[in-house]
Amino acid sequence: MFDTILIANRGEIACRVIRTAQAMGIRCVAVHSDVDAGAAHVEMADTAVSLGGAAPADSYLRGDAIIAAAQATGAQAIHPGYGFLSENPDFVDAVEAAGLVFIGPSASAIRAMGLKDAAKALMEKAGVPVVPGYHGSDQEPGHLEVEAEQIGYPVLIKAVAGGGGKGMRLVERPEDFTDALASARAEARGAFGNDAVLVEKFVQQPRHIEVQVFGDGTRAVHLFERDCSLQRRHQKVIEEAPAPGMTPEMRAAMGEAAVRAAEAIGYTGAGTVEFIVDGSNGLRPDGFWFMEMNTRLQVEHPVTEAITSVDLVEWQIRVAAGEPLPAAQDDLQINGHAFEARLYAEDVPKGFLPATGRLSHLVFPDGARADSGVRAGDEISPWYDPMIAKLIVHGPTRDVALKRLARALERCEVAGTVTNLAFLGRLARHEGFAAGQVDTGLIARDIDALTAIPTLETAVIAEAALAALGLLRQADALQGAHLWTPLRQHVRLVHGDTEIAAEVEVLSQGLRRVILGDDAVTAEHVGGRWRIEGQPIHGAAVSGRDITVFADYGQRFTHVDPLDRAQGAVGSSDLIEAPMPGLVRMVAARVGDAVSQGDRLAILEAMKMEHSLQAPRDGIVAEVLVSEGDQVEAGAALIRLEEGGDA
Amino acid sequence: MKLQSQAIPSSEAFKANTKGHLDALEVVREAAELAAAGGGEKARERHLSRGKMLPRDRVANLLDPGSPFLEVGATAAHGLYDGAAPCAGVIAGIGRVEGREVMVVCNDATVKGGTYYPMTVKKHLRAQEIAEENRLPCIYLVDSGGANLPNQDEVFPDRDHFGRIFYNQARMSARGIAQIAVVMGSCTAGGAYVPAMSDVTIIVRDQGTIFLAGPPLVKAATGEVVTSEDLGGGDVHTRLSGVADYLAEDDAHALALARRAVGSLDAPQDGPRFALPGGADPAYDPAEILGVVPTDLRTPYDIREVIARVVDGSWFDEFKPRFGETLVCGFAEVMGVQVGIIANNGVLFSEAAQKGAHFIELCSQRRIPLVFLQNITGFMVGRKYENEGIARHGAKMVTAVASTSVPKITMLVGGSFGAGNYGMAGRAYQPRFLWSWPNSRISVMGGEQAAGVLATVRRDGIERKGGTWSAEEEAEFKRPTVEMFERQSHPLYASARLWDDGCIDPRKTRQVLAMSLSAALNAPIEETRFGVFRM
Repeated sequence: MFDTILIANRGEIACRVIRTAQAMGIRCVAVHSDVDAGAAHVEMADTAVSLGGAAPADSYLRGDAIIAAAQATGAQAIHPGYGFLSENPDFVDAVEAAGLVFIGPSASAIRAMGLKDAAKALMEKAGVPVVPGYHGSDQEPGHLEVEAEQIGYPVLIKAVAGGGGKGMRLVERPEDFTDALASARAEARGAFGNDAVLVEKFVQQPRHIEVQVFGDGTRAVHLFERDCSLQRRHQKVIEEAPAPGMTPEMRAAMGEAAVRAAEAIGYTGAGTVEFIVDGSNGLRPDGFWFMEMNTRLQVEHPVTEAITSVDLVEWQIRVAAGEPLPAAQDDLQINGHAFEARLYAEDVPKGFLPATGRLSHLVFPDGARADSGVRAGDEISPWYDPMIAKLIVHGPTRDVALKRLARALERCEVAGTVTNLAFLGRLARHEGFAAGQVDTGLIARDIDALTAIPTLETAVIAEAALAALGLLRQADALQGAHLWTPLRQHVRLVHGDTEIAAEVEVLSQGLRRVILGDDAVTAEHVGGRWRIEGQPIHGAAVSGRDITVFADYGQRFTHVDPLDRAQGAVGSSDLIEAPMPGLVRMVAARVGDAVSQGDRLAILEAMKMEHSLQAPRDGIVAEVLVSEGDQVEAGAALIRLEEGGDA
Repeated sequence: MKLQSQAIPSSEAFKANTKGHLDALEVVREAAELAAAGGGEKARERHLSRGKMLPRDRVANLLDPGSPFLEVGATAAHGLYDGAAPCAGVIAGIGRVEGREVMVVCNDATVKGGTYYPMTVKKHLRAQEIAEENRLPCIYLVDSGGANLPNQDEVFPDRDHFGRIFYNQARMSARGIAQIAVVMGSCTAGGAYVPAMSDVTIIVRDQGTIFLAGPPLVKAATGEVVTSEDLGGGDVHTRLSGVADYLAEDDAHALALARRAVGSLDAPQDGPRFALPGGADPAYDPAEILGVVPTDLRTPYDIREVIARVVDGSWFDEFKPRFGETLVCGFAEVMGVQVGIIANNGVLFSEAAQKGAHFIELCSQRRIPLVFLQNITGFMVGRKYENEGIARHGAKMVTAVASTSVPKITMLVGGSFGAGNYGMAGRAYQPRFLWSWPNSRISVMGGEQAAGVLATVRRDGIERKGGTWSAEEEAEFKRPTVEMFERQSHPLYASARLWDDGCIDPRKTRQVLAMSLSAALNAPIEETRFGVFRM
């Protein structure tokens, strides 16, 4: 067994790997970028090595520096986590060349699965069902269009080297094919440096079901399936295991196919074989097709751990250290049901824009596993994935587990940034989802209801107003003391786009009245806690002028500072600002260009999405304030327009 | 020692007392509500329609959220000027800004445009006096048309009239007591000197104006036609004239700027830092005060029942308990502040007066603030007492009360008659604060006694001339005097004229004392030099 391992990752997965490794008595080396010097994974590790700048290319993607760090700290093995270098076969080669162990599959196995069309061909040969499609090398648009006709619409265009939904387009009608192809290619070129695409059948009511496999280089077992059908624009949102509606026959068929896939490439360690499943008519053993194999530990691995009681990271380390597979197929059993929800810092009403911010308050509920790489006080920076945590719950049945998920989400307390908590919470309470009617289109169909802004309860506003004034704290005996007439303090709060005026009367140390227009509620300190209209308050976090009331997944308010009035009105439609932190991927505007309203001026890439910045009105480009490749903060000025000369 | 109450809350007397106090309270509450409403619904709506905050809301938003507010003169001018000046048209009181206690003086423009009636002037000056004595920064929220012209003879010429406001500002500023003005409306003529004489002045754009003469007077005087904004608006004064220092966008912004100005002040320099509020609650519910104190001033009761419901843990270290028993003296703490309590438990005899003088000397030497619980019909009369020199002994106590430098807080809990008023730190003896309970009465003597004295003189005159005076005639003669005394001794009558700082709910006695002490302790306690005691 290893004495020391290095974890070549950050965030929750680094923390998660360290937790298991340390429990196994293994010393852990963390690596980190400059901005992560104080991060949770660095604090947890036994020792840490700095890699360089914040950009992944300057730190977490620097294979040579990571190998040097391992050697310098006496690590015998490197765990790559997921993302970054986890599926980079060249890195695996380099690790092995340095005399270290890569905790994961061989470089050849990664290569075999790395290119989708080759992988499919390989799988077809190994007897694994694949989706009808064209995976050939003739990339001439006309040819691809003919292939698409033969497969039959709707079809999906996908980047051969792709992943994460990048370079992927759904084409429903033949007349849209040419445009979609061009755009997919452009995206693929930008993301992977390879614009080759494949075309395949688009499965109706598709479900995304994947099988966890584990190999020791010759033999493999599977640890059953996960259903990841709840996706938004190809991003997984809530995952579960086992899949709802799964039959023993289908599970056996999928498991065997996945094991065949793993064994066909001599797979070592944890991997996931993803299948697309036709969910339109119940699950049938002939209704699943190989999509791809992820040659790493998946983000959603904890749901498998929850139902199998297997620690997949422990298995990874043991197998990498030369031990045989820790269990045979017959030893593995499913116990109950598990869900995982991915909690992100993202602005749901603004189209799920990734968000940043300092987490002024972060409390995960009891009764749920929270895999997180951040702590209260940590910053969600624009440099990395804005994930705050994965919440994993387990229950004896799907129904119970889902209720536990809903409850856990309701009791999650996050302040300091916007989150997708409410969205997750509504999904967990979604009737169709509860009934097991899952498919990858569910979220898109119900997006309005899932992202609706809830009506604020009076009590919640009242709590925000009291919190804003610091009136929910333990006070002295003279608080609110007055002779005859209590004073009435005004508070202005902003919630979303709405400004709320509240008035607060402090009647005594333990009694307040909050007046909201024609409504008034009473807050009273009884039995050691504050109650509003008799109901215990939800709890609130205040950080500067930001208030988060932990009701309905966290309601955020801004306490308006009257001193801000002097700043005057700023902002005009002349200035195009970054709607979020991100990387300037492309700048189309040139100084002097005449643009029309709606013209695309630049593309901002934030995390895995590209956001097109359009001209808010007709005009002339007066200034371009950024260049391609710049990393910008939210609100940064990008382009300034001026009135057209002939107007 | 911990006081033991003898009160039986279930008794008929207790219930009757409570009811009597509640009735008396209701009268004061109605007066206070009338005062708090200012110039009435229409005037308030007009005020709000101009984008202004109501005066009481201005005070609230100046102060820290949840700040205590020790309002001074809450029913001033009640019943005066045919009710034209509720609250005397100005709100005054002590609250906390950025944790610092300050005196706020806020004009109520809904009351005759915030103009100064005689009582407005008196209240403004009283607020300044409190600020000066206790070294409290002053914040003037100005919205006033200046002197009330029909009453000019009673507001302008005398020493304690309008001009005294600016005299006080200059004197306080010289003593390092910050003077901050927020101009939130008119500030005309003499009023213009409030901001001009302040250390720091904030003015609200398109709302605050400062000028010696408004546009109509300018036109009359010189023929110049000018808008008030161009004559003396916020823009003019912060950009051209320099009469104001900060330009605010609206009331809320102006108040925030004033808060910032207070935040930058030094903490009280050499005053003892107050640790209020601390201390254990009294062992007996302060609300029971209503039940333990009879409403009829003639019914005797033990004042320790009140003390037990005011001081921390009901602990009272009584001084000389076996001597001069009609004056109860002793040490206690109120919300953590040590005080010497002097309370009446009957008429004052020579021994009681000597004991009182002794106790005041003790507290003065130890720099312990004094709390007077005043319920006094006077010094004992009669040959025995005059002959033993009760006037001499009384004079000792009065000398001690007048000379001491420790802060004195007086609470009128019952009668306040005659020379007893002097010995127990009545208004003339300059207690830092003087508060009254609704059941209290104040006059030179009781109405019956006064009518009796007048009747005796009258009867002597009639009978010397050989006439006769029937009992009916005498009763008829006495009635108006009794009625006049009854009316004039009511605490609302007193509060209306600022003979006290206000009438309070007896259940809040502990809080009001604590707030008063807290304010008083902003100033250092000087060494006392007593006058000559007649021994």
